Amino acid sequence: MAIRNRLAPYLLTAPYFFIFLAFFLIPLVLVVIVSFWDYTEYSIIPDFIPTNYTDIFGGCVARLPDLCTVFATYISTFKYVFLTWFITLILGFAVAYYLAFCVNSLSVQIALFLLCTIPFWTSNVIRMISWIPLLGRNGLVNEGLQAMGLTSEPIDWLLYSGFSVTLAFVHLYTLFMVVPIFNSMMRIDRSILEAAYDAGAGGWKTLWHVIVPLCKPGIAIGSIFVITIVMGDFITIGVMGGQQIASIGKIINVEMSYLQFPSAAANAVVLLLLTLMIIVAMTRIVDIRKEL
Amino acid sequence: MAGTKTKIFLGLFFGLFLLFLYGPMITIFILSFQGPDGGLTFPMNGVSTHWFKTLWEGMGVVDIWRSFRRSIALGFVVMIITVVFSLMAGMAFRQKFKGATAVFYITVASLIVPSIVVSLGVALQFRLMDDSLRAWGQTHGVEWIIQDFTTTMGLFSSGMGAQLTWTLPFGLLIMFAVFNRFDPAYEEAARDMGAGPWATFREAVLPIIAPSLVGVALFGFTLSYDELARSSQALGGLNTLPLELRGLTTTVTDPSIYALGALTTGISFFVIAVALLCSWYLRRRRMASGSDAGKGMV
Repeated sequence: MAIRNRLAPYLLTAPYFFIFLAFFLIPLVLVVIVSFWDYTEYSIIPDFIPTNYTDIFGGCVARLPDLCTVFATYISTFKYVFLTWFITLILGFAVAYYLAFCVNSLSVQIALFLLCTIPFWTSNVIRMISWIPLLGRNGLVNEGLQAMGLTSEPIDWLLYSGFSVTLAFVHLYTLFMVVPIFNSMMRIDRSILEAAYDAGAGGWKTLWHVIVPLCKPGIAIGSIFVITIVMGDFITIGVMGGQQIASIGKIINVEMSYLQFPSAAANAVVLLLLTLMIIVAMTRIVDIRKEL
Repeated sequence: MAGTKTKIFLGLFFGLFLLFLYGPMITIFILSFQGPDGGLTFPMNGVSTHWFKTLWEGMGVVDIWRSFRRSIALGFVVMIITVVFSLMAGMAFRQKFKGATAVFYITVASLIVPSIVVSLGVALQFRLMDDSLRAWGQTHGVEWIIQDFTTTMGLFSSGMGAQLTWTLPFGLLIMFAVFNRFDPAYEEAARDMGAGPWATFREAVLPIIAPSLVGVALFGFTLSYDELARSSQALGGLNTLPLELRGLTTTVTDPSIYALGALTTGISFFVIAVALLCSWYLRRRRMASGSDAGKGMV
């Protein structure tokens, strides 16, 4: 609508912008400021000290090559980030490929796409809990394995373990890969694929040299989503890890419950910087390849 | 294009993926009808609605129904704000204006900044506001602040704001997709027939984008109703349903938690079905009235 009024776009965006100013921008600035404050058991005190940062890594460098708790936590978090990213990428790509290239009718495509999306609109906690009857000591998987004689005793690393945490991440977040990759695939001109085929490229060659490069924007967007969500997670790791596995998000969460806000803020700033670095690295990779 | 063998293989794979998505949900749905003596896993020890009754009576410790009502109310408010604000911003973005790029980057940033950081920020902000308000009340001797004031944090202040930083970006991105495919010829036609800006919007634009607005509403409600990470630190004293649920995962050891899970998933499914039907109906009505406006829009 070409409202001739030049003020119109500003008035129309104002409420939207105000929400982000009040609940996103100012809070982020406050996190950075408070990360330099001092605190006692019951109050936080305006100050400008680096203690919260030095405390995080206190003694860690000196103790190398032995890992202190903080370093171990970061490494463990990165492990889940990498595992989840890798698995969701493969799964998401395959699912998107099926939807985009193997289903010919548009209405079937929409229906199947919706089937993949619906769980996204339901409760994450419930989706985590629903693994309990499957993975528990007396769960379906263990019963099945025992019935088949594959194991004599129930396997206990299926639930409340690194395995169940990764499984839950994959279960919850594969959709974030499927949607952007599917979107990229739908934009690919089908005649390009025909051309590749006519030029003698087999299925795998077409996939690797034509489809994957054209899907890079989708892959990058999906990866950024999955990586940032898993980096800051404290809920899935808490529920599926039986509150036994540490993560950066959980450190922040625990510190907040003890009202150690400045320390939590310092951890949040470090987490934020790490996340940004990964995102910048990802966008670089995508751009560089575009140039080649 | 994919060969027949690949198609069959990927089809099987896709089927397994759907089973992976829905299998666990189906399991807890079945187990919520566990007999009164049954446990958290199979086998079923009879079939009953015993655990729904336990749920109905409130599961003992926590007031589950209160947090349930809170979540529904918050979901509605977040839904309405998400639809209205992202529609307005979406309209604005159809023309160039200074700061548009900044707003776009803020939107994307809000999606990718870890939720715990947003939650911490909002919690800090309201805590600092509380402290300053209390200090101000003390120095100026404002009676009600000294006597009764506890916190500015709450469901519809900090909690709602934290959730909006998650739902609004989805709303705006959907609006982008909608207006990218929108043909301005319909507005021009309306204007040529003498419609003012408001009438053009109401009579030409709104009917065409209505099905997509239902989609934005669906995102707004369901993402708020199930939201946990961003609001977790920013709700003050009162819990929403997802927060209670997370607590219950460590304390409840009987199938009543499955009954609650089946119920809340059922509500989500109901909302999704209503939204899809609404969207379908709006599209059908427009098609039936002879216009092919917005054909090819998702």
